[in-house]
Amino acid sequence: MYVSEFHPRQPMENTTPAEAPAAKISVRDLNFYYGKFHALKGINLDIPQNKVTAFIGPSGCGKSTLLRVFNRMFELYPEQRAEGQVLLDGENLLTSKQDVALLRAKVGMVFQKPTPFPMSIYDNIAFGIKLFESLNATDMEERVEWALRKAALWNEVKDKLKQSGSSLSGGQQQRLCIARGIAIKPEVILLDEPCSALDPISTAKIEELITELKDDYTVVIVTHNMQQAARCSDYTAYMYLGDLVEFGSTEQMFFKPTRKETEDYITGRFG
Amino acid sequence: MPEKHLSTQFDSELNTVSSRVMELGGLVESQVQQAIHALGQFNAEAAHQVITTEARVNAMEVEIDHEISSIIARRQPTARDLRLLIAVSKATANLERAGDEAEKMARMVLSIIQSGTPRTLPASELRVAADLASGLLRKALDAFARLDTLAAVSILKEDDLIDKEFDNFMRVLITYMMEDPRMISPSLDLLFLAKAIERVGDHAKNVAELIIYIVKGADVRHASIEEIESVLK
Repeated sequence: MYVSEFHPRQPMENTTPAEAPAAKISVRDLNFYYGKFHALKGINLDIPQNKVTAFIGPSGCGKSTLLRVFNRMFELYPEQRAEGQVLLDGENLLTSKQDVALLRAKVGMVFQKPTPFPMSIYDNIAFGIKLFESLNATDMEERVEWALRKAALWNEVKDKLKQSGSSLSGGQQQRLCIARGIAIKPEVILLDEPCSALDPISTAKIEELITELKDDYTVVIVTHNMQQAARCSDYTAYMYLGDLVEFGSTEQMFFKPTRKETEDYITGRFG
Repeated sequence: MPEKHLSTQFDSELNTVSSRVMELGGLVESQVQQAIHALGQFNAEAAHQVITTEARVNAMEVEIDHEISSIIARRQPTARDLRLLIAVSKATANLERAGDEAEKMARMVLSIIQSGTPRTLPASELRVAADLASGLLRKALDAFARLDTLAAVSILKEDDLIDKEFDNFMRVLITYMMEDPRMISPSLDLLFLAKAIERVGDHAKNVAELIIYIVKGADVRHASIEEIESVLK
């Protein structure tokens, strides 16, 4: 950064990077409670469209909680509630009458542990598609191939599509889950620690995939691995104890964060 | 907020590499002072010592670079740690170059001594610039050790003085050569020597700029003093 570009940012008040493209998801005054526990405290931020946004922070900071609000996954548990607004393309998904299954088709999620269904590789992908669309056999085959290619898995599985999904390696299973997620053509993909159970080569493949996915989707990733956030995200948010501490371009966050708390965390001075 | 890393080993590696740079700086500073002494007294022995020290300076530069690469490979530093290591690497290169300039000065002193004309040359006119340059290097190293950005700015301002001194000296030397063309050859040695002094000042200035890079994350290499001062506000 040259001195002429050096504009110290106002911390906290403006939680959207100045140069960010249009927001896909806008979070406004979001509070989240697990029973009486206040897990997210007045979060405001805009997640840019067709970019990768990473959430980092120590365990219990609320980053996975926030991700689970984006597709109302938390509603599976009666004692959890969210207040405020989460606008997906301007529509508040917390109060929306929209069917939650349709929302999750638009906002797909991949979990920390690969979760292939106990069925063939082909059916793992086709299963979700059948819920939302009625494709003929040829179209279905094309869609399955498209999703597997998109997830960089096709070449490894094209000769064994009838084999069980759980026969694949951990990294392949995770890419299968990503393929399953994108097969129904969502708009947003939420990744919750997608590589924490994977070896470095599988991790590199998933990271490569994340970079490719952002051409078509808005990607949000929660990760404990700060280097992963640095490698594959465009924007990074640092959370601590339910607060959004800082949100900025990944380059700025890892080179010269505005807030000392962020710098202490990413340089490993947190204790 | 804690100032130390969770990994004490990382802290100790960063401290080691920082103190190695200070050690290198001290060595180069003494090299420059010795070269100035050799010039003032036309002392061949002092000039030879400057040249001998150069090998140690080069070896230290290589060692420090190796330590920096190793820390980057194993720790993947970010933010201020990353800025510190980049700055330490560049400061090392600048200090080694300042050492090269001291060596050049020593070689010119030897060449002037061999020409048999040292006492008739206007070498004493270089005294002010030489003291300024060596003082600037010392101040830059002090400021680097303390990460003192205000001291860094005053160093940047002071470097202009050396540049002015160099211009003045050029004029003196040209007059001198015009008066006695037989002195042109030793005078050219003196000119290269003056240029080496000016370059030591430039390297000190580069080190000072790196202090602002570490503390503020701003690259001020081609910025005006006013712009730099606005960054520090």
